[in-house]
Amino acid sequence: MSNTLTLIAASAADKRATGINVLQVGNDVDPRTLNLDGIERIELHFPKFTDGRAYSQAYLLRRRLGFKGDLRATGDVLVDEVLQMQRSGFSSAVLRADQNLAHAQAQLTRFASFYQGDASHPAPLFASPVAATSATPTPAGATA
Amino acid sequence: MYQYTDFDRQFIRNRAAQYRDQLQRNLRGELSDDEFRPLRLQNGWYVQRYAPMLRVAVPYGEISSRQLRVLARIAREFDQPSAEVYAAAVTTQARLGTTHLPVGYGHFTTRQNVQFNWIPLDKSADVMDLLATADLHGIQTSGNCIRNITSDALAGIAPDEAIDPRPYAEIMRQWSTLHPEFAFLPRKFKIAITGAQEDRAAIAWHDVGLRVLKNAAGEVGFKVLAGGGMGRTPVIATLIREFLPWNQVLNYLEAVVRVYNRFGRRDNLYKARIKILIKAEGQRFIDEVEAEFADILAHDGAAHAIPAAELARVSKHFHPPAQVEQEQSAMDSVATEVAPKDAAAYKRWLAQNVHAHKNPALRAVTLSFKRLGFAPGDATAEQLNAAADLADQFSAGEARVTHEQNLLLPWVRAADLPALWYAATALGVAKANIGLLTDMITCPGGDLCSLANARSIPLAEAITERYQDLDELFDIGPIDLHISGCMNSCGHHHTGHIGVLGVDKDGREWYQISLGGSDGSTLSGDAVPSKVIGPSFAASEVLDVVEALIDTYRTQRLAGENFITSVRRLGLEPFKAAANAVRHETREGGQVLHVHLDTANIATD
Repeated sequence: MSNTLTLIAASAADKRATGINVLQVGNDVDPRTLNLDGIERIELHFPKFTDGRAYSQAYLLRRRLGFKGDLRATGDVLVDEVLQMQRSGFSSAVLRADQNLAHAQAQLTRFASFYQGDASHPAPLFASPVAATSATPTPAGATA
Repeated sequence: MYQYTDFDRQFIRNRAAQYRDQLQRNLRGELSDDEFRPLRLQNGWYVQRYAPMLRVAVPYGEISSRQLRVLARIAREFDQPSAEVYAAAVTTQARLGTTHLPVGYGHFTTRQNVQFNWIPLDKSADVMDLLATADLHGIQTSGNCIRNITSDALAGIAPDEAIDPRPYAEIMRQWSTLHPEFAFLPRKFKIAITGAQEDRAAIAWHDVGLRVLKNAAGEVGFKVLAGGGMGRTPVIATLIREFLPWNQVLNYLEAVVRVYNRFGRRDNLYKARIKILIKAEGQRFIDEVEAEFADILAHDGAAHAIPAAELARVSKHFHPPAQVEQEQSAMDSVATEVAPKDAAAYKRWLAQNVHAHKNPALRAVTLSFKRLGFAPGDATAEQLNAAADLADQFSAGEARVTHEQNLLLPWVRAADLPALWYAATALGVAKANIGLLTDMITCPGGDLCSLANARSIPLAEAITERYQDLDELFDIGPIDLHISGCMNSCGHHHTGHIGVLGVDKDGREWYQISLGGSDGSTLSGDAVPSKVIGPSFAASEVLDVVEALIDTYRTQRLAGENFITSVRRLGLEPFKAAANAVRHETREGGQVLHVHLDTANIATD
């Protein structure tokens, strides 16, 4: 799938972004209660990489609320979770300091597409125009 | 059964490659064990008491002969610990009294998956590649995500079925696979679906239970239950939707799981399942789900509404196999007659292990993997291969893993039953005990599992040995005996007519006995957890307790009354008294379990 997530090394993160309007949102905040007027970047925090609440928040901000600015993942952002972040609507992610940027980059293109729709590709496989859904007889090797 | 598309195949190959990369980074020290753990779990890899355990997904229990043969190969070639690992396991377990630890076998689980216990972790990526050659994987068989979806082992063939649930199960399998938003839920999330009158999938015991049915207007849809579960706090699911149109099931599930992801507790592992949230919030939970569902439809474009064409495309996979549809079948009909000396045993097998079919010319046959010398649900490499041969010869190449830890052949021609009986007998899987006392559900327990407080397999073995006489088993009649080695309830002790739960007292193995549980079947009545009959018993007492409970039933039952009905009529007291009468151990009587109770790993079950 196309790569839409900007990965940022921890050392390069503009933590004190000046001149842009940044909103930091806690994990227990309902995004629908936020005033997004003039907000250019929203930062969603991962306290632990196994705490998945920010994925749902990101999805709501992108799809439900139509937020068009930068949606940034911060905190415990690891190589093996950046693909989920991209698919949930994040546009940038600041990797934890010890993470390898090249490894993270490689994860973003590992799958050509997925079964279910997501924040960046709302249509599921079954609704996509070239649905690769033709059955082939087993064992593998037969042509579709 | 479902045939993989090119997309499906490429997808699991990519997943296997992704896993190999993660494993290699872990082995190189670039990915810490803690950070690798959720990744391996979501591919089915646990690290257990002595070795890793692999759980292979068998979506809604359907498996082909070709897949069984690949599982046999994994058992033979990979389910083999190093000499060092095996020696450590044997030595430690021998101190507890376990004299034999088999290797080289697969194990059928209550959630219709297949597990292996001895594969070294450094071979795990090779195993994923091998699985992928047969359209198999371990995706989401563990971890805090949407797990393998289970169903009725008789789905698509049961005479009491209104709607075949398998196309919906497959569509939900695809939707839930690598869902980006729901990979790190507060806790695991299990869905079960049935389309039959009889609930053979224990749907009220799941995070979401679905019953596909037709409403008064003849429209197909789902009755939706949510918030059931076992574990430390057994809860029966709540009805949250009387009727959900079939094409909205993915959108609705998205709403349920999103609300759970948002509000489910993350501060306490034991209170993190959706059952706790629903219990605490009640109607508010249902209101939140309905509001979210309405927003998905109104604001998100209802992207996952299922088109009729997609249902039709998937449903085609579940048409009965061509061989069994033809009258003069291409499947060779073996005109075997049962010899007079075998007639009685054969008749019992027909009564107990052979089930009616939607197609009157066909039968479903359960192969009993509850037999002396093997733990319940265990199958060696040779037996897996032989079962694949039986599936090819008698069942159009298809088998089902059942919730009760057996294997079922769904497409057997009535005329072939004698030949199948002889073949299954030769393989040792024709014991006519399906639904009877020795057809018990048992978790791996303290011989293999790092969570267990006590061992399960030796108890199952002792009970199997004691109740070998089929006359006696038939006299006792239908009964669900369920054994769990700890509160995680993998052996479903809460739903047992007799439930056995391993508990830890001062580092020793003890067992709590409970009575009167129900999985929600007609036999067992409305789903309800069993009730503990008193202080726990020592390992050496459990067989006597089971015997005392059975004997109490046999002396006090009314004519034709089965065990669970007697328990309901008599109440717990007479059973309690009989069980207490066999106590003889002091508190020192239990076996000391060494290096057990790895509670840090508890999130993985």
